[in-house]
Amino acid sequence: MRVVAAVLAVIWLAPLAWALDTALKPESETTRIPVSWFVSGMSLDAFGRVFADGQVLAWLGNSLLVGVAVTVLTVAVTSLAAYGLSRTRFRGRSLVLALLVAGIMVPPQVLIVPLFAEIVGLGLADTYWALVLPQVVLPAMVYVLKRFFDGVPRELEEAAVIDGAGRLRVYWSLMLPLARPALAAVAIFTFVTTWNNFLWPFVAVSDPHLMTFPVGLTTVQSSYGVRYAQVLAAALLGGLPLVALFLAFQRQLVTAIKG
Amino acid sequence: MKRSGFWFVAPFLVLYVAFLVVPMAIGLGASVTDEGITGHAAFVGAANYGELFQDPVVWSSLWHTLIFTVTSTPVIVLVGLVMALLADRAVPERWLYRLAFFAPYLLPVSVVVLIWNWLYQPGFGLINDLLTRLGLGEVGWLSTDGMAMTSIVITTVWWTAGFGFLLYLAALQEIPHQLYEASALDGATPFQQLRRITLPLLSRTHQLVIVLQILASLKVFDQVYLLSGQGGIPGVRSIVQYIYESGFTRFRVGYASAISYVFFALIAVIALVHFRLTAARGSKR
Repeated sequence: MRVVAAVLAVIWLAPLAWALDTALKPESETTRIPVSWFVSGMSLDAFGRVFADGQVLAWLGNSLLVGVAVTVLTVAVTSLAAYGLSRTRFRGRSLVLALLVAGIMVPPQVLIVPLFAEIVGLGLADTYWALVLPQVVLPAMVYVLKRFFDGVPRELEEAAVIDGAGRLRVYWSLMLPLARPALAAVAIFTFVTTWNNFLWPFVAVSDPHLMTFPVGLTTVQSSYGVRYAQVLAAALLGGLPLVALFLAFQRQLVTAIKG
Repeated sequence: MKRSGFWFVAPFLVLYVAFLVVPMAIGLGASVTDEGITGHAAFVGAANYGELFQDPVVWSSLWHTLIFTVTSTPVIVLVGLVMALLADRAVPERWLYRLAFFAPYLLPVSVVVLIWNWLYQPGFGLINDLLTRLGLGEVGWLSTDGMAMTSIVITTVWWTAGFGFLLYLAALQEIPHQLYEASALDGATPFQQLRRITLPLLSRTHQLVIVLQILASLKVFDQVYLLSGQGGIPGVRSIVQYIYESGFTRFRVGYASAISYVFFALIAVIALVHFRLTAARGSKR
């Protein structure tokens, strides 16, 4: 069993290892036949050139900006909505709930054409707004948080209300701290999804300065020519931050999925 | 107090209506017009819907999508399950398995495609080099339609098996240890434990992983489009790719919207069937 596991792990890591190996080679050695893992002159030069070029860093900056903006907005609006739906009764509540369930079934892919038409109509094409706002709409997250709030005993809240706290106070200083694990799961999921999202950012912006990393990277193959070491260095530079984060937060992630 | 609840929902609702409900309405409206690049649109009734059912590209794209789904889903689910069973054991190198199996899932699609494009290269590609060394011939991984689809499936398995792996891993950790200890006392072999305890207790997870995987596969675009050189291999074109091309390279907004709606109906039916099955099973228990 241990051998099988080790072999599978090696196979799974090999593509990444090979990419790293290539990125460390001098350009002249990358296309040599027969293939060799170890050549003379291995160095970090390709990574240095990616940094010097600056474009990849700019795309990573855009991804970070868009990812953080979408995550913060999503956590804020979905937790407010989930609290409202879980703890209050208002006219139209059942309509909102029905809309949410219907929305969970809508694949983002079927929206791209009309959504782009709308964004152009609003004059938002090629802006950060176009990248951020449509990605905040995650009805499933409202649903997840609502179910969490539904599970919090009402007595806790009633005590606070008797003490004179308004709904907003109860939400902010009682419910949000209680919901921290669920909010963390929503935040992690939203950030990873946004960071890696391809189709919408791909159609939403055409200005290279606004591209997120996954979109920008598809253009380097042509602009770098046949400099394979540099292309793979760029790919790894953008791919590894999330892997590093995963290593740091492994345990929390598995716990979050169980919940 | 009666109305205050609405204000909690309002911020989300504004964004939800603006960027989900409104585009759905725009798409429905556009699907009955001949809207193109000029923005001028005339009402054409059901003409787009009539056209799409006779468009051979719609059918071939659906066919490619179906082939992709049917070939990739079982492999991805099975690999994810095997990975979880292997990584759930209490061995010190467990963290390494988790990293190896899940790391690809965290990579953006363009990184995955760059790496695999590099692996699939003729001559100096790692895979073809290995085949040559083993005395086997080189394979033109992205040269024919059939091979390109195989390569796309292989790449997808590597990229996304980590998702099922994580769901299975979480489910395995929920199974009480006592079950294994008790059955071991009764003389059960590890294989019997797997067949009689582990797999049956994972049945809900199987269903979840399979349905999520099918739905995700039907929506495939990114890796198909990018590995085929931004649409350079029409023989693997997926249905979402045809929506994209109709809207953004042929600028037929009306037609693309009509295909989107038919595709949405297809997805919705599958999702509803899943909900019904889950609900039916839930009520039986």
